[in-house]
Amino acid sequence: MLYCWFKYLSRFCFFPADIISTVEFNHTGELLATGDKGGRVVIFQQEIENKSQPQFRSEYNVYSTFQSHEPEFDYLKSLEIEEKINKIRWLPQKNAAQFLLSTNDKTIKLWKISERDKRPEGYNLKEEDGRYKDPNTITSLRVPVLIPMDLMVEASPRRVFANAHTYHINSISVNSDNETYLSADDLRINLWHLEITDRSFNIVDIKPANMEELTEVITAAEFHPHQCNTFVYSSSKGTIRLCDMRISALCDKHSKLFEEPEDPSNRSFFSEIISSISDVKFSHNGRYMMTRDYLSVKVWDLNMESRPVETYQVHEYLRSKLCSLYENDCIFDKFECCWNGNDSVVMTGSYNNFFRMFDRGQRRDVTLEASRENSKPMQVLKPRKVCAGGKRKKDEISVDSLDFNKKILHTAWHPQDNIIAVATTNNLYIFQDKVN
Amino acid sequence: MINTMECAVDAQSLISISLMKIHNSRTQRGGIKLHKNLLVSYVLRNARQVYIKEKYAEIYRMQQYEEVMTVCNEIQQLNPLELDAEDADDEEQARAACCGEDVSLCGSACHRDAAHTRTASALPGCSHLEYDGKEPEPSFYRSCCMEASPVSECDQFSANGRAHCNKTTVLDLDTHVVTTVENGYLHQDCCCDALQCGQGAQSPAKKRKVEFACCVSDVEELSDFTAARKRVKREDCSYTHPDYTDTSNISNLISIFGSGFSGLLSRQTDLEQICSKQVLASLGAWTRAIVAF
Repeated sequence: MLYCWFKYLSRFCFFPADIISTVEFNHTGELLATGDKGGRVVIFQQEIENKSQPQFRSEYNVYSTFQSHEPEFDYLKSLEIEEKINKIRWLPQKNAAQFLLSTNDKTIKLWKISERDKRPEGYNLKEEDGRYKDPNTITSLRVPVLIPMDLMVEASPRRVFANAHTYHINSISVNSDNETYLSADDLRINLWHLEITDRSFNIVDIKPANMEELTEVITAAEFHPHQCNTFVYSSSKGTIRLCDMRISALCDKHSKLFEEPEDPSNRSFFSEIISSISDVKFSHNGRYMMTRDYLSVKVWDLNMESRPVETYQVHEYLRSKLCSLYENDCIFDKFECCWNGNDSVVMTGSYNNFFRMFDRGQRRDVTLEASRENSKPMQVLKPRKVCAGGKRKKDEISVDSLDFNKKILHTAWHPQDNIIAVATTNNLYIFQDKVN
Repeated sequence: MINTMECAVDAQSLISISLMKIHNSRTQRGGIKLHKNLLVSYVLRNARQVYIKEKYAEIYRMQQYEEVMTVCNEIQQLNPLELDAEDADDEEQARAACCGEDVSLCGSACHRDAAHTRTASALPGCSHLEYDGKEPEPSFYRSCCMEASPVSECDQFSANGRAHCNKTTVLDLDTHVVTTVENGYLHQDCCCDALQCGQGAQSPAKKRKVEFACCVSDVEELSDFTAARKRVKREDCSYTHPDYTDTSNISNLISIFGSGFSGLLSRQTDLEQICSKQVLASLGAWTRAIVAF
């Protein structure tokens, strides 16, 4: 799989102030949604297959843009609430319209994205410009007709789920039952029904009675892709808890606890920080889950809690740089990870606009770079290599030359094809594998 | 065990950096990030452990345990107010926050430089370790107070040079319990600016007692702002010599975060328990301030 290196497909440049904060394909892969720090959502759509130019069949273009969240101020607590979109999750499509959930730190919104390509004409009581006619002037009646118009994509908020989170929301996840979803903040997880906005059920609460006893927070949560009663949540201590909602209403007691003992020889000032899990994702087949901490990606078998079945080092060369990374706050970066469609490859981002792919079956990995230099059409990405020490070979880049301001935190993989979306700070790159 | 090849100097800088991060997080947009501050507190704890170990090792090499105990006993005889007459050297070294540590370290941490043997005479922090029937005085050094408003107290501090944090109010977001702590003056140990506060000392030559407010009451179930939970505290606070050093700041700050999130402490000696409970109580407002934002 990784022998077919990826080639550049398209790049979308956001305004410098718009930092991309989330990227998500929908269930068919036809639509790709991005959220940014300014509270906007931009949706890209895959072009219809162009038979005359098959190599461009996967091109994505802007489909819709809308302002999802605005900055707010909580007067009660004297808190400004950022409009940054933390997560977007698509709902499975049920009819012609598309639905997605977007969330900032406090409020989740359900958006309906629908197309309009016809408009009615020939009203009896209204002029074409919308002015109302005097009924006395009407002498005959006609039936309005729908006439074609230029495609217009409308986004309208259908539900607003607010006031349920005291702390900052970090995750949302739609259940496989397509009726409920969960939202997780630092200390609690709530269960919602998509139709009901004034009520949510708290299913996990790890807030201690005395906040001075706080030792860990929730960092990510996700529903199982097939079992609607099962979800997992990860913690800042590097543990993952799997919960079964059938056992009790409040899932404080986990069904399974996934934890790998720490290697004492690696202990440092920053051990707790680098073990904090920043992302957790179930595999598509539901048998595995993947976690991302600061330096590694781990694949866990849901049937084995004692240790992960696979561990991939993303950028182990940073272990000796943790002090500097702490000073410049990079150590707090929350990298995400994703599976490919058949769960054979996992992908995650790194610094210097590098991103890494690990082929689980072949036990091979590759480092690629998302940069403008690689942005020529159809250009095949050249694998990159970081020189951790010693003599630097040609084409290698030394650790000290890495640009830590250029980071890839968000990546997404098309659910069926080998098309990936990689977000740098304010550029979205789309790559596809070489078509033979 | 943390790799102790990272020496105490690194620990000190880490402590400073961590405290600056915590302070900066209070004014950043979107409110305090609980996760990040929790992780920073872990680094603080780890750095403190290394720093204390290094300090302990250094002092143990220099002094006998019994000498320190003797010195502590002598100090118990003294009325703290009479220490105004002590010379400036003693004042400078009297600020070490020894609470939270064991006795020998308590004595030694008060010594900026182990060669200054006279520092033992100004060790109010040891007083509570005596069990001679006197009521123990929790005379350790108070950390800063926090304002509930987003205004940084450093702004207040620098604005008028004399920080008068009369009241600190923090709000638990879930129970809506308001915790109010009243104090007269802002100690230069304020984490808002560990390195600069020392220069803003108000009466460097005198020790002062700072009284903290009030009484304890149970207010768990109240959901409006009229409920308040207060603690009884009496703490001593001494002010710096103008030549306040970074290391003395660090020692003070270490005691302030001696407990931090108390759940982080894996082990505590009995002596630490006695001190840390008091430090812990004073840190409640601090923790809730993090929560409140």
